[in-house]
Amino acid sequence: MTGDIRLTPPLSEGDVTKLGVGDRVRLSGTMYGARDSAHKKMVELLDQGRPLPVDLRGQVIFYVGPTPAPPGRVIGSAGPTTSLRMDAYAPRMYEYGVRATVGKGNRGQPVIDALVRHKAVYLIAIGGLGATLAQRIKSAKVVAYPELGTEALWEFRVEDFPAIVANDARGRDIFKEGQDTWARKLAAVA
Amino acid sequence: MRVVSVDKVRETVRDLYKEACVIANPELVQAFENARATEPSPVGKEILTMLIENVELAKRENLPMCQDTGIAIVFLEIGEEVRFDRPGLVDGVHAGVREAWKEAYLRASIVKDPLRRGNTGDNTPAMVHVDFVPGDKVKIRVGAKGTGAENMSKMKILSPSAGVEGVKQFLLETVKAAGPNACPPLVLGVGIGGNFEEVTLLAKRALYRDLGKPHPDAYYADLEKEWLDAVNRLGVGPQGLGGRATALALHIETKPCHIGALPVAVNIDCHAHRHKEAIL
Ligand code: SF4
Repeated sequence: MTGDIRLTPPLSEGDVTKLGVGDRVRLSGTMYGARDSAHKKMVELLDQGRPLPVDLRGQVIFYVGPTPAPPGRVIGSAGPTTSLRMDAYAPRMYEYGVRATVGKGNRGQPVIDALVRHKAVYLIAIGGLGATLAQRIKSAKVVAYPELGTEALWEFRVEDFPAIVANDARGRDIFKEGQDTWARKLAAVA
Repeated sequence: MRVVSVDKVRETVRDLYKEACVIANPELVQAFENARATEPSPVGKEILTMLIENVELAKRENLPMCQDTGIAIVFLEIGEEVRFDRPGLVDGVHAGVREAWKEAYLRASIVKDPLRRGNTGDNTPAMVHVDFVPGDKVKIRVGAKGTGAENMSKMKILSPSAGVEGVKQFLLETVKAAGPNACPPLVLGVGIGGNFEEVTLLAKRALYRDLGKPHPDAYYADLEKEWLDAVNRLGVGPQGLGGRATALALHIETKPCHIGALPVAVNIDCHAHRHKEAIL
């Protein structure tokens, strides 16, 4: 954990513009959870010029649909879902003021451009680490859209939630850089 | 005729899923360890260690290893000498899924209608495939498949002239396009032959072969090795961050096909490769 950059949302422009691709971060404090259906509803509200159920400006959205909390736990398993599905909504959410999103997998060019334009970042958590990441969530409540089940809008309190900067506010992309490097290295070995 | 109870089928499906979503098969853990031993990328190695720790934690804490506990896929191989004690076999399978999801706090991830959506609330219906085979046993194989990987799967009907190279290119393109989104390191099921609907089922069956067990035909066993090596030179690596371990295993299943076609399907599974089986 030493060397990791600590972030406590809400985040300012300065908090994220200092981040670069590959930086390890630890998030503590409030983080919101939303995936496909909650995003669809929120973007509809934004398009109608109406307020969101909670103010997400400066906040961090974790793309997640957790498993139900077993008795005695605050949440079940809770790892990131594929971010690409939220690409349809992400530029609008960044324009509104969301400062960072956390998911898995890569983003399309319109999202990468939106990050540069709105001074924001895309972080990844390791996909499939549902049991591990749930340990970093200290409380969880549904703040809107309970009818969506796991797809509701969640508010989490997290402690030292680990993530990696995948796309920074300068337009760099961790996947492209990493895969190109390793494709070259692996082609060279017999 | 041997009589098998539908309730026994229901209970078996339930118990297999409760275990599959929480406890990783030993072959999977072994595959993580093997991949870690040969991974040249430091970040890749670190991620493989996290995957091993995650499945250990899931088992210890009795939590699903991944929050996407998936769509339920059930293969029933029914011996022709078996008779069931009552009607309702397929409903029994769905009931088993419903009970597992409730009792093990798994995530309801199925919607009633593909366009109008609306969660069914209990992860049913399962996708059920029935085969009749010689004998008096019932073999039940279950898979819990996350959609991150399923979404990146592809099928195509090639021209026979494309041949073995054409199939290999399609495989590599598919894996490269899946990139980080299918949660590599992957398990790959490759179906070749059959027709439009059969080839995708072949790919899914290939996926759920015992991990890393080679094809019984030496020609295909060699192709499995060669293609896995080619996949692991793409550079995708653990989580798509670059590295060698793009896939842990690659299985091929084939069927005869039409003189004018070369169907191919690549079904991708993620590192949360969950399947169990039982024989009644
Ligand atoms: S692709 Fe697999 S490991 Fe990744 S989130 Fe989905 S189910 Fe989990």
